[in-house]
Amino acid sequence: MKGKKRKIKTINIDVDKCVGCMACEVICSAFHSSPKYSSNNPARSRIRVIRDPIADIYVPVYAGEYAVAECAGRDKYIIDGKEYDECAFCRASCPSRDLFKEPDSGLPLKCDMCESDPAQEIPLCVKWCLNEALIYEEREEEIEEEVKQEDLEIGLEALANKYGLNNIKDVIERLSESKKG
Amino acid sequence: MRYAETGFNLEIDLSRGNIERVASDPMETELYLGGLGTNAKIMWDRVPPEVEAFSPDNLLIFAAGLLCGTPAPGCNRTIVTTISPQTKLLAFSMMGGFWAPELKYAGYDKIILSGKSPDLVYLWINNDTVELRDASHLQGKGAIETEKLIQQELNEPKAQVLSIGLAGENKVYFASIEQGRSSASRGGIGAVMGDKGVKAIAVRGTGDINIAQAEEFLGMCNEVLEYIKVRDAKPIPGVMPILAGLGSPQEMKTHDEKWHTESFMWGNSRHRRKGFWTEEVEKEWTETLENARKRLISCYNCPMKCGATISIEGLPTYMMKCFSKLTYTMAAMSNLDFGLKIAQRATEYGVDAFSTPQVMAFALELYENDILSDEDMKGMPESNDEKFFWLLDRIVRREGIGDALANGTYWAAKEIGKGAEDYAHNNIKKHEQMPLKLSMLNPIYFLMYCTGEKINITQIEGQFPQMPFPTREEREEFVKDWHQVPDEKFKQYFLDWELRGENSFPYYPTVQMCCDIVDWQEKMHYIDDALGMCAGLSSFPLKPPYHIHNFPKLISWGAGIEMDEAKLSKAAKRYRTLVRAINISRGMRRKDDKPPANHWKKRFPELEKELLDTYYKFKGWNRESIPTKESLQDLGLDYVSDDFQNRGIYSDSNDTLPDETSENNGKNKVEEVKNEG
Ligand code: SF4
Ligand code: SF4
Ligand code: SF4
Repeated sequence: MKGKKRKIKTINIDVDKCVGCMACEVICSAFHSSPKYSSNNPARSRIRVIRDPIADIYVPVYAGEYAVAECAGRDKYIIDGKEYDECAFCRASCPSRDLFKEPDSGLPLKCDMCESDPAQEIPLCVKWCLNEALIYEEREEEIEEEVKQEDLEIGLEALANKYGLNNIKDVIERLSESKKG
Repeated sequence: MRYAETGFNLEIDLSRGNIERVASDPMETELYLGGLGTNAKIMWDRVPPEVEAFSPDNLLIFAAGLLCGTPAPGCNRTIVTTISPQTKLLAFSMMGGFWAPELKYAGYDKIILSGKSPDLVYLWINNDTVELRDASHLQGKGAIETEKLIQQELNEPKAQVLSIGLAGENKVYFASIEQGRSSASRGGIGAVMGDKGVKAIAVRGTGDINIAQAEEFLGMCNEVLEYIKVRDAKPIPGVMPILAGLGSPQEMKTHDEKWHTESFMWGNSRHRRKGFWTEEVEKEWTETLENARKRLISCYNCPMKCGATISIEGLPTYMMKCFSKLTYTMAAMSNLDFGLKIAQRATEYGVDAFSTPQVMAFALELYENDILSDEDMKGMPESNDEKFFWLLDRIVRREGIGDALANGTYWAAKEIGKGAEDYAHNNIKKHEQMPLKLSMLNPIYFLMYCTGEKINITQIEGQFPQMPFPTREEREEFVKDWHQVPDEKFKQYFLDWELRGENSFPYYPTVQMCCDIVDWQEKMHYIDDALGMCAGLSSFPLKPPYHIHNFPKLISWGAGIEMDEAKLSKAAKRYRTLVRAINISRGMRRKDDKPPANHWKKRFPELEKELLDTYYKFKGWNRESIPTKESLQDLGLDYVSDDFQNRGIYSDSNDTLPDETSENNGKNKVEEVKNEG
């Protein structure tokens, strides 16, 4: 599969331009509700703004991969005289925090670049960030394509980590039994 | 299913520590929308006129507007409603920020506080878990300090916290409720919170808010954002820079303060300083602001950035917005550096940035005129700036003379006596006003000052230009894309309005036109206060993104309530009338509907009488400003007219408030300017 061209989509974040409005969270959560836009709840958003107004810290973070365990040591960063927790920049849905998890199920969330049919012109968080703290960029790159882990798989893996693989298997068996009846 | 609203209120009896989650009646939402509308209904039903501000029977209601928590940009207002200790009337100050949407996500539309807690507590709402927690360790702490401490002890950096400072705890009549970059300041609602023994309310919510017609609703939100971009790129020519764009007045962005510093009054709303804004001052103030301002910041889900983080060396960081930038500076006849420094302390204390500076300047005027003695001011420092810090400390602690001053200029003057009343000259209904003194009567503003029940001009003005544009060409240009007007006739009113000659102040706009204009302006503010919409994107600026033509759809699609312009206008009129009814039952009458006596130099008693008579009639009120039986019935407010009947309010409509209400005439030693605030 070598040498295949793929569109790389990135969102560049300019923390200096963020005004902390959370509009990005609003639109992301609304877009991912089902049916689309039928509800709104920033806790479900795949972008979260780490916000500490008094310390003047505003870091929009995108939900990335799911992490089974939290990191061992955690550092502090001092940038421009402001002290950031290392986690402030981390994209993982991780056991140490409630960020990037569905509030009811605890299932991990991941930014999917607003995948939809028809496709969105630009990611919606970018569209709603009128202050241009989020800038969308597309470029072509030759890459080695990986098999993409599907949402379902990510979800199941998380559940397995939480409840144990055997428990999950049992539940699925029971469910399929009852469906048959 | 309920849409946009959660359908639940939290009822908290502080005396007994009882907490209940109570379903609200969807029918009430249809009739009164939400926010201020349904707050007013609850106040009418449950707080009779005998109940005073500091009675346990007074309610303190925190409401998230009907559309807060939906994706509607700029819809983030918390509307706080109670009886004011200062005016003894309904106070319904509101604030922006982040608190109201969080309350919605936690699953509630309102928090209704009743009774009084025996000990200082704070309320912690974490979705379904609601508890009153001990706040004794927070006693005396600053409002912003408290917010941080609570987030830390709950280990919830995402909790939104509103709180009072020392001023609220000590029941200062102009104490505010602070929340991050925002505050609900007018009417002394912070004092009521302090009286109830509640230091703060922290909320964290992770639930959904449902939208009735999702695609349509989102489509309109996108339209609004698009319009904001277009409108931002096209400021209105010919008006003050801070009034040319959208948002609250852009004070944190602006360096050019010529208009405010040369047109508004300094000191105790006394001195106009023409020629103040020199190059030197501009350079100094620009530097001050540039050094202190860390970032421009917005409220929840809004692209505007009306606030700023202010960090001055050696002082804790705080956030500021609007005209609070200049109120302290101008009252103290000082500079911006002083203004930003004292505002830091004032914000932590939690006081209103309009009333507080005036109260302090008033005290110094009394001292200069030998009404307050050396004994009264014992310990006051020599330096002018230090005097204000000293007074502020006395007031919020209610120490010495600060105890009287903490009740505002009206009540302080009564207590001090010796002619002090003449110096409490800038009040309406006992409430300190914007420091403005002008020449020619402005009939539109006359009606707004007289009848605006929020008793704050910025909370009723907007939509219609404050002054005519000099040439017909400019006016024609202006009306071209003015689709916000409820009726085409408003364009004609504006086109024919001239700076001089027959079609100018005070007889143009005509009395009837003034009624139309003021009614439109007021209506938009009342709609905002029910929906939780920020006035900065709606009722306040010229040509805003939200208006009477798109609101009905936004409500239908968002809240699932069938709505059109007529129905919306009628709902707004319904709860607006209810607000007046509450105040009427508390003794407010025509005699209280007046501007500060010295607001304009050139007055026209006959015209003013005609303006009020006609406007009252237009509103469905009688000569005494009491809503008539017929108009109440038309609005479905029969229960109000029955009550008025029972209390004999119609028959002896000349009665007065138990206390003497005539505002003093003030000393007219002020100069005048042209524009209103
Ligand atoms: S929408 Fe933009 S400015 Fe607002 S919080 Fe998100 S990144 Fe920051
Ligand atoms: S790109 Fe789309 S999915 Fe990703 S955070 Fe932004 S709005 Fe959410
Ligand atoms: S316009 Fe300004 S005050 Fe209004 S919601 Fe937006 S940022 Fe807040």
